[in-house]
Amino acid sequence: MAGSSAAHDVVDRVFREEQGRAVATLIRVTGDFDLAEEAVQEAFISALETWPERGVPANPGAWITTTARNRAIDRLRRRTRLAEKTELLGREAAIESELEAMDPGASEDDMQIADDRLRLIFTCCHPALAMDARVALTLRTLGGLTTPEIARAFLVPEPTLAQRLVRAKRKIRDAGIPYRVPPAELLPERLDGVLRVLYLVFNEGYAASSGDSLIRRELCAEAIRLARIVVSLLPDEPEARGLLALMLLHDARRDARVGPAGELILLDDQDRARWDADRITEGRSLVEAALADGRPGPYVLQAAIAALHDEATDPAETDWPQIATLYRALHALTPTPVVELNLAAAVAMADGPAVGLAMMDGLAAGGELDTYPYLHAARADLLRRLGRWSEAVAAYRRALALTTNGAERAFLDRRIGEIEAGRRAVD
Amino acid sequence: MQYALLIYTPEPTEDIPPDAIAAQMAEYDRVTDDLRTRGAMKAGEALDSVATATTVRVVDGKTVTTDGPFAETKETLGGFYLVEAADLDEAIAYAAMIPGARFGCIEVRPVWDRKMAPGRDEPVAASAAG
Repeated sequence: MAGSSAAHDVVDRVFREEQGRAVATLIRVTGDFDLAEEAVQEAFISALETWPERGVPANPGAWITTTARNRAIDRLRRRTRLAEKTELLGREAAIESELEAMDPGASEDDMQIADDRLRLIFTCCHPALAMDARVALTLRTLGGLTTPEIARAFLVPEPTLAQRLVRAKRKIRDAGIPYRVPPAELLPERLDGVLRVLYLVFNEGYAASSGDSLIRRELCAEAIRLARIVVSLLPDEPEARGLLALMLLHDARRDARVGPAGELILLDDQDRARWDADRITEGRSLVEAALADGRPGPYVLQAAIAALHDEATDPAETDWPQIATLYRALHALTPTPVVELNLAAAVAMADGPAVGLAMMDGLAAGGELDTYPYLHAARADLLRRLGRWSEAVAAYRRALALTTNGAERAFLDRRIGEIEAGRRAVD
Repeated sequence: MQYALLIYTPEPTEDIPPDAIAAQMAEYDRVTDDLRTRGAMKAGEALDSVATATTVRVVDGKTVTTDGPFAETKETLGGFYLVEAADLDEAIAYAAMIPGARFGCIEVRPVWDRKMAPGRDEPVAASAAG
């Protein structure tokens, strides 16, 4: 029946949009992750059973929260009957009266919902949890991804992931990890941790390495959605805006960066007409607002670099001197060899390959990036542009030996072939 | 909640000048006073060196004692505090006040809550709401 499948579609959509909110609200009231998740899950099962027949309620989100609240009360009552010791009853009775006092109408109050979700983000990303647990918990609790979906996205066996979630929730409860937005003195450090989790989720979804492409797209969408919540609730944090902008500006190129056979297409070779103009516009205005703050952090700088790439309608129009300046600022904040390599590549584009090559030779001498294929590929490219053919081929071969990605190997092979063919032609 | 703050530090060497030891003792006293003023201090002791330790096991009903700790580790348990804290963040803040955190590390362990013990049909809800 058409009406019934339409109702299923509504439940699907409401699930994506509302389950994180409902779980966050119930966790605030009960302090119990499992109780909240189970009650919300039951509310959605209930929706699947009743909405196709009785129609979709006027405010599906409030319906879900109210139903979940009632399910939570039922569960607590069942639990109370099972428990015999009166000291246990006290605790559960207290939660039950909190649930009864909870005004489901208040769940329509946007600020309250937003506060609940922000608190939950900080709990799920608490530094006392292992990084992989933070990522899994954030996606499961706030993102509404299922355990099998997260397991597939991170190529982890499902029982391993389920166990990771159980342990994390147990630690939150037993070690007393607070459910709150951290006070001002802890906020910068904790916000940084939240942003790292969101960026990791995004990168996992963006990386061309492996995994199910639909779920990877979902991961990027989820990271962007959660970053939007953080930005709207902490509007004075430029790094949060910077991260949101950075993700939007990369995600804008998503459709153009993979070819029909799933192969990776390099920035220079992408069809720029296929970039998402809306995302670029939104990302750019976020970057501009964040730059106005005056002391850009690493995410804002990386977003500004991405914006400059996205603004060029043709690779030749890219503002390399400006990109080099931004990489210099980024290198001053995060002096890692990889940032230095990117700086050298930008300098090579701005000031010529000889200047960039001198910087890369310095890096190569340091030895830290010796097994990093992109150093050798970047050096090879500059040597090629300088016409130092045999050195270029040697560097390409070194990169090839360190590369496993098929598309990248094909690219390196092609370059070596071009140089060798060119030299035979000269001979 | 109660938390044990377990202080793991490198074993002190013989050649530490007496005034450095005195300065560190004074710093520990200030931390203890601070915790008392906040009403967080439940207990706390410094332990004598690992050289004085004896390890005890009961094997087949027989008490077996050996000299020293059972494993050679660079950092050893040198003392502890037992504190009352609202949540893990507060316990972490107390741990960071301890001088040993600067040259060793502090393990923050919640005291086991018997009421949370497994053996019931469903896990017990935490009381940390709000």
